[in-house]
Amino acid sequence: MKLCYYPGCTLKTKAQALDKTARKCAAALGVEMEEIENWQCCGAVYPMGTDEIATKLSAVRALEYAKRNGGKLLTLCSACHNVIKRTNEDMKAGGDIAIRANNYSKFDEPYKGETEVLHYLEMLKNVVGFDNIRKAVKNPLNRKIGAYYGCLLLRPSGVMAFDNPENPTIIEDFIRSIGGTPVVYPFRNECCGAYVGLKNKELPKKKSEKVLSSAKEKGAEEVITACPLCLYNLQANGGGILPVRYFTELLAEALGVEE
Amino acid sequence: MTREERLENISTLSGTDVKKCMKCGKCSGRCPAFKEMDIKPHQFVSLLAQGKLEKLLECEAIWSCLSCMACVERCPRGVAPAAVVEAVRDTVVRMQGKNGIKAEDIPPIVDELIPQQLLVSAYRKYNK
Repeated sequence: MKLCYYPGCTLKTKAQALDKTARKCAAALGVEMEEIENWQCCGAVYPMGTDEIATKLSAVRALEYAKRNGGKLLTLCSACHNVIKRTNEDMKAGGDIAIRANNYSKFDEPYKGETEVLHYLEMLKNVVGFDNIRKAVKNPLNRKIGAYYGCLLLRPSGVMAFDNPENPTIIEDFIRSIGGTPVVYPFRNECCGAYVGLKNKELPKKKSEKVLSSAKEKGAEEVITACPLCLYNLQANGGGILPVRYFTELLAEALGVEE
Repeated sequence: MTREERLENISTLSGTDVKKCMKCGKCSGRCPAFKEMDIKPHQFVSLLAQGKLEKLLECEAIWSCLSCMACVERCPRGVAPAAVVEAVRDTVVRMQGKNGIKAEDIPPIVDELIPQQLLVSAYRKYNK
């Protein structure tokens, strides 16, 4: 199966490990990720102001491209997923944002939110299937792994519809499929401190340490995430309490497709 | 823009109806940045409902909100406190000279590992 793929700025630079391992694993699981043409940075945060139109156009362009090329858009970075999915919801709603974005963009036909935005984890669950991943695993991981969801995949849940926002299970199911033991801990859906580090270095420090010590307390040996900013905060500001990796790095290890 | 127009504009920007708030405080109870804030999430909602424009525009808490949407998630009345915080912050940073970060302050605090995502996010939130 071929899917349009939106990598985003960070996956081409500091988070290449996320991009590269994801591509290899998808290939091993029979999914071809086709990077969309001329994609632009999504802006990393969804602008909530109701008059914000130009800041959403890069997401709209990517979505409209995917509509004409298979109808699905695969995302991997949590931030890109959040921005693109929420913008798609605006386009579906057909209000002021949708009208203005279409007026400006002049697509051959107006974009009305037809594309299905699919996060890589949703692709693993719904396109490949965790049972098929289990069958493809060559090196079961046999260790205790804490899933770190953070905010962007889950909230606002009415729009993201990713999983139960208070008690998610998809990453735990993923961990089981690669032979690991998931560790459920209270801070797995708490914010890591996000972008506030540029204004106030202490806040991400407090938040990230809480996340990692909560995971450690419940017995996790490592923590996995889908977000480059979470990874950075947990690694740089988390006090070195536990190792933190991208979930695709563990998938690559389990499937035996590491470099 | 008159004072009333400014308040109306913040309300429109936020896209949320602050009058629906029933003051249960769950938004602030769930906020991971609560301790850092001089005005708490539930107060943003209540100050806007009361038209306390100056208090909103002068607060420091707009720089601490993580946009994590936990307050939005927990509100039993469908109010979005984070959207009010963002509307106030947008209003402030759109004023001349009120950007939250200065480009020249960034290089000394950027380390080898900082992802583009952090810089792009912070610029989108704090600057116009």
